[in-house]
Amino acid sequence: MKFKISKKFAIETYKKLKLCRRFEEKVIELVNSNEIYGTTHEYVGEEAVAVGICSALELQDFIMSTHRGHGHMISKGADIKFMFAELMGRANGYNCGKGGSMHIAEPAVGILGANGIVGAGMPIAVGAALALKIDNKKNIVVSFYGDGAANQGVVHESMNLAAILKLPVLFVCENNMYAVSTPASYSSKLKNLSERAGAYGFEGLSIDGMDVLEVYNTAKALIKKIRSESGPFILECKTYRYSGHFTAEPVLGLNYRSDEEINLYKAKDPVISFKNILINQKICSAEELDKIDIIIENELQDAVDFARNSKFPEPGDALKDMYSTDYEGIPQKGWKS
Amino acid sequence: MEKLRTLWYLRAVAEALNQEMHRDSQIIVMGEDIRHSLRGITKGFIDEFGPERVIDMPISEGAMVGAGTGAALLGKRPVLEFQISEFVFFAFDQLIDQAQKIRYMSGGKLSAPVTYLIAGAGAKGGMAGQHSDNPYPYILHGGIKTIIPSTPYDAKGLVISAIRDNDPVAVFLPINITGTKGEVPEDIYTIPLGQAEIKRHGEDITVVAVGHLVNVAIKAAEKLEQSGISIEVFDPRTLLPLDKKLLKESVSKTGRLLVIDDSNRMCGFAAEVSAFAAEECFEILKAPIVRVTRADVPVPFSRVMENYVLPDEEKLINAAKKMLKIK
Repeated sequence: MKFKISKKFAIETYKKLKLCRRFEEKVIELVNSNEIYGTTHEYVGEEAVAVGICSALELQDFIMSTHRGHGHMISKGADIKFMFAELMGRANGYNCGKGGSMHIAEPAVGILGANGIVGAGMPIAVGAALALKIDNKKNIVVSFYGDGAANQGVVHESMNLAAILKLPVLFVCENNMYAVSTPASYSSKLKNLSERAGAYGFEGLSIDGMDVLEVYNTAKALIKKIRSESGPFILECKTYRYSGHFTAEPVLGLNYRSDEEINLYKAKDPVISFKNILINQKICSAEELDKIDIIIENELQDAVDFARNSKFPEPGDALKDMYSTDYEGIPQKGWKS
Repeated sequence: MEKLRTLWYLRAVAEALNQEMHRDSQIIVMGEDIRHSLRGITKGFIDEFGPERVIDMPISEGAMVGAGTGAALLGKRPVLEFQISEFVFFAFDQLIDQAQKIRYMSGGKLSAPVTYLIAGAGAKGGMAGQHSDNPYPYILHGGIKTIIPSTPYDAKGLVISAIRDNDPVAVFLPINITGTKGEVPEDIYTIPLGQAEIKRHGEDITVVAVGHLVNVAIKAAEKLEQSGISIEVFDPRTLLPLDKKLLKESVSKTGRLLVIDDSNRMCGFAAEVSAFAAEECFEILKAPIVRVTRADVPVPFSRVMENYVLPDEEKLINAAKKMLKIK
């Protein structure tokens, strides 16, 4: 046995993995039935990264998420009722229906926000880490980014800034091998994107991001080091998204991946693999895990019902929350009444 | 009794920041070359406030603005100095798409109280296409509160309000007024955002002038007085939120609007002011609205061409006379 697994950890982790998986599958259903407006970027296949990393964090630690952020939110402690309400554009959603999938933020549980712009969350994460350092807090910030974001200019700027100011930030590269249709192997000559850390003067490591135990245990050790002021670190988690870049991708017929490749990763499925470990090592019985599955289905259904039964915002609420102060006639409407 | 001293424009900005930093320990300053203070605002700050509050930045404007936002989310009140105004282009996503939108997109859960000091804005003479812009129309279009103080007195009061504001605020400090002096109280005072000021009262034309052009407009008004033209100089001070109430009052009184603005004509600030007056004051207007702006080209290097494209006193005087059909 590579890692020792307590029963409590086993149940909590399985529940989170499964909830992330089923949440996204439900989201796909709701997008396709037009109950969720627009489109979303699903996390199916990558759950071990969010669950492994966030399980190693404390409530007072912060995460900066991405456009593919649902898994991060759930793992950091967001309530799926308010997530569904936000995704369905309801007034009681996490962000009053103003943000939707790509902008969920809930500072109360340490979620500084998802982000619709690839790589753009990273300097904000670095700034949050700067504030923590100035205030002598022992908390850290995790900045999630993808293999695509790795090539954004502001990502380089941010990593360098975090390095020179020695800030408590863990850069988690979720390398799911594709930026929309462009393979990571095309966008970078490096085999491991964690090697970039050396260019900024700190360390990095690349691990199997399909294995929640490896992610969790590695993150736990790294986070401990970062709390003791080691400065930033890149943890690259090699993972895979089963679905397209976004919900509607299948209709585009892009065909940039083979079924063979997808099936190769599905054979390493993070949820099923972890379930098998728990059963094989007799930490949990199949029946126990089946019961958890039923609980999750009920939670999901309750959350979707909660969102469905929630009110839409008033149209005029669109002019609220722009500024901290009210000014007469500002922000302007686009027409004269 | 308030103690008034005569201060240089940038000293007034520096005093505002210094006094606020003593008042509120959450204020930090970030920027390029701010320890040694290339721009002169933060001179001596490193000794007074230490390296944790006066943070030199590598040449990474995107990361600087993003870091300002992130620090603000966790309770800091960052003041960021841009060495020249074009550097905002490097940070555009972080300014417009992140810092400004974060309150709205989070439904009011997050806010980024950051002040951007854009020092040395505008054409300095002989600096050509990439060191002479006044990019505030882009910033305004993105919805960021924007102030352009035209006197040392306004600079101190407005900068303090900007720092205390709970939203991002861009402060453009035109290079052409950094060499001016004016009376400034030693005590802390604020000028609320969104309050314009009539810098000179007049009857015939409302001249809306921005930044250093307020002084230009006042000088032009004195000369025009000799031709029997009475100019009212309207200084918006805050471009967003714009004091539309006072603007409407002024235009209603004079019946004529001339806007002089040192940014591009296409979708520039003058265009917005003009459109407002056309919509709100059309029945009162006695003449078509006139704009005196930059030409829609990059600022050329050679002095003769530079003078040609920038708005100045002569162009304002000619426009005002033409408006009243006076030779």
